Amino acid sequence: MFAYATLKVIWWALLGALLIGFAIMDGFDLGVGMLLPFIAHGDTERRVVINTVGPVWEGNQVWLILGGGAIFAAWPSLYAASFSGFYLAMMAVLAALILRPVGFKFRSKMPGVRWRANWDLALFVGGAVPALVFGVACGNLFRGVPFRFDGDLRAHYAFGFFDLLNPFSVFCGLVSVAMLTTHGAVYLAIKTDGALAQRARRVSRFAALAWAILFALAGVWLWSSGYGLAIKSGAAPGGESDPLAKIAVLQSGAWFANYARWPSAMLVPALGLAAPLLVAALAGIRQRLVVFAVSGLGIAGVIGTMGASLFPFLLPSSSHPGSSLTVWDASSSERTLNIMLIAVVVLLPIVIGYTAWVYHVLRGPVTSAHIESNRDTSY
Amino acid sequence: MNASPALLDLSRLQFAVTAMYHFLFVPLTLGLSVLIAIMESVYVMTARPIWRDMTQFWGILFGINFAMGVATGITMEFQFGTNWAYYSHYVGDIFGVPLAIEGLMAFFLEATFIGLFFFGWHRLSRLQHLIVTWLVAIGSNLSALWILIANAWMQNPTGAHFNPDTMRMELDSIGAVIFNPVAQAKFVHTVSAGYVTGAVFVLAISAWYLLKGRHLEVAKRSATVAISFGLAAALSVVVLGDESGYMLTAHQKMKIAAIESMWHTEPAPASFTLFGIPDSAAHATYAQVKIPWLLGLIATRSIDEPVQGIDELVADARRRIVDGIPAYGALRELRRNPADAAARATLAAHVGDLGYALLLRKYVDDPAQATPAEITRASWDTVPPVGSMFWSFRLMVGLGFFFIGLFAVGFYLAARRKLLASRRFLRVALWTLPLPWIAAEIGWFVAEHGRQPWAIDGVLPTFLAVSSVPTANVALSLAGFVIFYSVLAVIDVILLKKYVRIGPAGDAPAADRPA
Repeated sequence: MFAYATLKVIWWALLGALLIGFAIMDGFDLGVGMLLPFIAHGDTERRVVINTVGPVWEGNQVWLILGGGAIFAAWPSLYAASFSGFYLAMMAVLAALILRPVGFKFRSKMPGVRWRANWDLALFVGGAVPALVFGVACGNLFRGVPFRFDGDLRAHYAFGFFDLLNPFSVFCGLVSVAMLTTHGAVYLAIKTDGALAQRARRVSRFAALAWAILFALAGVWLWSSGYGLAIKSGAAPGGESDPLAKIAVLQSGAWFANYARWPSAMLVPALGLAAPLLVAALAGIRQRLVVFAVSGLGIAGVIGTMGASLFPFLLPSSSHPGSSLTVWDASSSERTLNIMLIAVVVLLPIVIGYTAWVYHVLRGPVTSAHIESNRDTSY
Repeated sequence: MNASPALLDLSRLQFAVTAMYHFLFVPLTLGLSVLIAIMESVYVMTARPIWRDMTQFWGILFGINFAMGVATGITMEFQFGTNWAYYSHYVGDIFGVPLAIEGLMAFFLEATFIGLFFFGWHRLSRLQHLIVTWLVAIGSNLSALWILIANAWMQNPTGAHFNPDTMRMELDSIGAVIFNPVAQAKFVHTVSAGYVTGAVFVLAISAWYLLKGRHLEVAKRSATVAISFGLAAALSVVVLGDESGYMLTAHQKMKIAAIESMWHTEPAPASFTLFGIPDSAAHATYAQVKIPWLLGLIATRSIDEPVQGIDELVADARRRIVDGIPAYGALRELRRNPADAAARATLAAHVGDLGYALLLRKYVDDPAQATPAEITRASWDTVPPVGSMFWSFRLMVGLGFFFIGLFAVGFYLAARRKLLASRRFLRVALWTLPLPWIAAEIGWFVAEHGRQPWAIDGVLPTFLAVSSVPTANVALSLAGFVIFYSVLAVIDVILLKKYVRIGPAGDAPAADRPA
C-alpha cells in the first residue's frame, strides 16, 4: 500500500492527531476539573460545573487510552522507554486519573459537606496533575532524557523523578496548564448560563493571555538554551527499527533546523501563538462554538509545534544521543503499521460520528434549575 | 544483567494486585450490562413502568461499579509500559494491536454511551435509549473480547516470528492472533463467568428484598430474570471451560499436568484426580481419588490421546533448552555483525527454541556457558507450583458446579411459583453473593500463575520482561495502589449498600400493594 518510510511518517502524524484529539476532547474536562474549586460558588454551582462534563468525560478519556494503545502498537519502543523512564511521573498521573471516575460518580451520592469538598479537591487534582505532568514530560523531550539501550535493546535510565522537574520543563508544564484551563473555561462558557458563564468568559480571557505569553516565552527559552539533537548518519527511513543503527549528536539550535528547511512549518507555532490571542479577543462574542474551535486549533498548534521541532526525533537521549528514538527506528513492523492504519481509518470516523451525535443529544447549557429539579440523578 | 529478585517479585505482585482489583469490577460490568439491557428490552416491548424502574435501579448500582472498573482499568493500559518495558518492546508489535483496537472498537463505544444511559432518559425516545443501553453492553463485551485476544496470545503466541534485526517478535498474521483457539475459549469462558457474576448479584440482592418483604414487585421479576440468565451462563462457564485450549502448546500441557498434579504420563484415556495431596518434593500425589477416563476426555476430547505428565514435559523442555543455545549464540553474532550469513542460518534453524535458551539467563549471562546442572534447573523452572494450581483449580470448578445447582433449583422454584415461599433458597442465594468473585479471581490465578515462568509462553521468560526501574519506585507505587484501591473499594461497597438499602424508586412499600 504505502512504502514503509511513508507509513512511518503517516503514523507520526497520526500519533500527533491522537495526542491533539486527547488534548482537545479530554483537555476541556481536565480544565473544568482545575477550575471547579475557583469558579463555582456553593454546592449547586459546583454541581452545575461537574454536570457540564459529567455525561461526556468518560468517552473523552478514551482518547488517552487509545493514545496509550496506539503508541504500544505503532511505536512499541517509545511506549516501553518513555513510560518506564518516566515511572513515578506516570504513577502520579495514574493516581490523579483514578480519582476522576470515582470523583464524578461518588461526589453527589452522599450529602455531607466534607465528603463533597474532598471529592471537589480530588477532581481538581485529577485535572491539574495530568495537565502539569504531561506538559513537564513534553519539556523534557526538548531537553532530552538520559537513557541508553544495551545490545538487547533493553532501556536503562540515569535519572530520577526530581530530575524531570527542571525549570524549563516545569515552565512547559505551566504552558500546558494555562492552555487546558483556557479550553475548560471556553467550554464552561458554552455549557453554563448567567453569572457562572460570565465568570467562565472572564477566566478564559485571562487564561488565554497567559497561554500565549507562556508559549512565546517557552519558545524564547528554547532558542537561547541550545538544546537540540541531530542525526549524523545511519538513519534508514525505510529500514528495520533498530535505534542503535544510527549516529546522532547533541547540536545547539537543532530544534529550529526544521523551520529553516521547511519555512511553511512556522505556521504551526504561529497557530499556537495566534489562536490563544484570538480566544482572548473573542471571549465576549455570542458564537461560543467559534471560540471553542479557535481554542482547539491553538491546542493543535502547540502540540504540533513539539512534533515539527523535534522531527524526526520522538524521545531524544541526552546522555547517549545514538540511543534516541526517532520516527525511522522506533516503529512497529510494516505489517503492523498497515493493519493499525486500516483499523484507524475504518473505526475512528465511526467513533467521531457517534460522539458528535451524543454531544448533539446533550446540547444546551446545564442550569442551576436543572440541578435543583434532578437532585438525585445528577452528579 | 538481570532484574533483582526483589524487583521482579514486586513488579509481579503489583501487576497481580492491580489486575485482580480490576477484575473485581469487570465481571459485574459484563453481566449487569446485559441484564439491564434485557430488562429495558422488556420495558420497551411491554411499556410497563416497573421494568423501567428495574432498569434504572440496577443501572445505579451498575454505574457505581463501572466507575471503579474504569478507575482500575486505566492502570492496566499503562503498566505494560511502566513495569514491563522489555516485554512491551519485545512483543508490542503483536500485543499492542488488540489493545489499540479495543480502545477504538469497544471502549469508545461503551464509554461514550454510558453518559447517555444515565443522562439521556428525558432526551431520547424509548427505543433510542434502549439502543444506547445495548451499545454499552455490546461495548463492554467487545472490550473483553479484544483484551482476551491479547491475553490468549501470551498463552499461545501464534502468527508471529522473531526478527533478529529489531530484537523482537513481529506479526505474521493478524488472523491467527484474532482466531487463536485459546482466545475463543477464554472469551466464552470469561464472559460467561461475568454473566454468572451479574446474575448472582441481582439474585442475591433480590433475595434480600424478598426475605425482608420489601420491593417485592421489582425483586420477584429481577430474581426470575437473573435465574434464567444465570442458569444458561453457569452451564456455559463449565461446559465451555477454557481447558479446551490447554493442549495446544507445550506449556499449556504443563499447566494441565500441574493442575492435575500428574507427575508421570498416564496411558490414554487419563483419569481425573478428584482429590489428592500433591507433594512437589517427592514428585508424587498421595491419597488420590480418581475418576477413570474423565481427564482424557476433558483435555484431549478423545479417548486415545495421552495426557503428558510433568516428568516427560520437563524432559521435553530440557531438549528445547539445549536446542535453543545455538540460536542464542547466533543472535549474539548477528547483533555484532548483521551481515553474518552463517549466524543467520543457525538462528533460523533453532529460533523456535530461542525462548527456552533465554530461561538460562536466570543463571548465566551467556547460555552457551551453562553447566548441565544449570540446564536441568532451568528445565524444572518450567513447572508451575503444583500444589496451589491443583487446589485452586478444584475450588473454582466446585464453585462452578455450585452455581449450576443454585440456578437450577431457583429455576425449578420460579417455574412452580414457589420462590417467595422458599426462604431457605433465598438465604442461600443471598450468601452466594461473594462466591462468583472468588471463582473469577481463582480462575485468573490458575491461568496466569500457571503461565509462569513465561511472560509469553515459550518466547519470553517473566524475569527478562520486567522494566529496569529502581526497586524502591515499584515498592512505592505498589504501596500506593494497595492503599488507594482499598480505600476506593471500601467507599464503593458503602455506596452500593446505601443504594441497595434505598431500593428502587417508584416502588411503594410492600404493605401498600395488593397481594
